[in-house]
Amino acid sequence: MTEHVNFHFEIDGENFTSAGEASVRIKKNLREMGFSPEIIRRVSVAMYEGEINMVIHANGGTADVDIYCDRIEIVLSDRGPGISNIELAMQEGYSTAPENVRSLGFGAGMGLPNMKRYTDDMKIESKVGEGTTISMTVWV
Amino acid sequence: MTVKELAKQFEYEILCVPDPDREVEGGYTGDLLSWVMGRLESGNAWVTIMSNINVIAVAALADPACIILSEQVTPDEGVLERAEVQGINLLRTSKSSFDVCAELASIS
Ligand SMILES: Nc1ncnc2c1ncn2[C@@H]1O[C@H](COP(=O)(O)OP(=O)(O)OP(=O)(O)O)[C@@H](O)[C@H]1O
Ligand SMILES: [Mg+2]
Repeated sequence: MTEHVNFHFEIDGENFTSAGEASVRIKKNLREMGFSPEIIRRVSVAMYEGEINMVIHANGGTADVDIYCDRIEIVLSDRGPGISNIELAMQEGYSTAPENVRSLGFGAGMGLPNMKRYTDDMKIESKVGEGTTISMTVWV
Repeated sequence: MTVKELAKQFEYEILCVPDPDREVEGGYTGDLLSWVMGRLESGNAWVTIMSNINVIAVAALADPACIILSEQVTPDEGVLERAEVQGINLLRTSKSSFDVCAELASIS
């Protein structure tokens, strides 16, 4: 494998139907590159939760996945409303998801906890009114 | 037991089965997607009443052997096509989630 590969995605904030497509793409790429099912699952679940959060809570954003031999880095960035209390948002069960997306099965308040659980390192930078950037690393 | 055999044994309706010989290993039930995402294990049969397109994205990532739509729910428009493209096995039954889980438990 070459030393480093980058994949960049624009995540459409309007489109619930295509939400998750970037994560499915990354899953396929990682499989082709020969990563283990365990690593693929961790990366793609964490990325999906972040991707769907940008669609539901932030009207879209961007996803960058950098694949190295020894680690995979995922950076999700949006210009949404930001998260005022990160500690609260990280708690299992906390959700501000509106009723219309709850009826689709979202809003368990498990997305951010899943991202934390499935990655080795997770950093949230957020400013109310400006946006949110979440960086995650999975070591291979 | 394979997905094809499972559907036959319990008379689940086949909506689309692009991978009929996939082996079923245990089951999981849930309708809250990020809960399922965190808990479902690869190879499980996933029993749910959720019928929207996001179910297919979750399945594509969490990798169940099949989705079993219980309580005779009707998949939304475009769900079957997406399942086919992504290689996701999709079954349906009028039985309750509880009854389907009991059947899955009886073969595990
Ligand atoms: N990118 C984001 N921009 C703004 N707020 C966010 C963002 N991501 C998460 N949040 C806030 O953090 C809360 C918790 O997020 P989390 O993903 O854990 O749960 P959820 O998205 O509400 O439900 P679930 O992920 O279980 O479907 C959200 O309800 C929302 O208030
Ligand atoms: Mg979420």
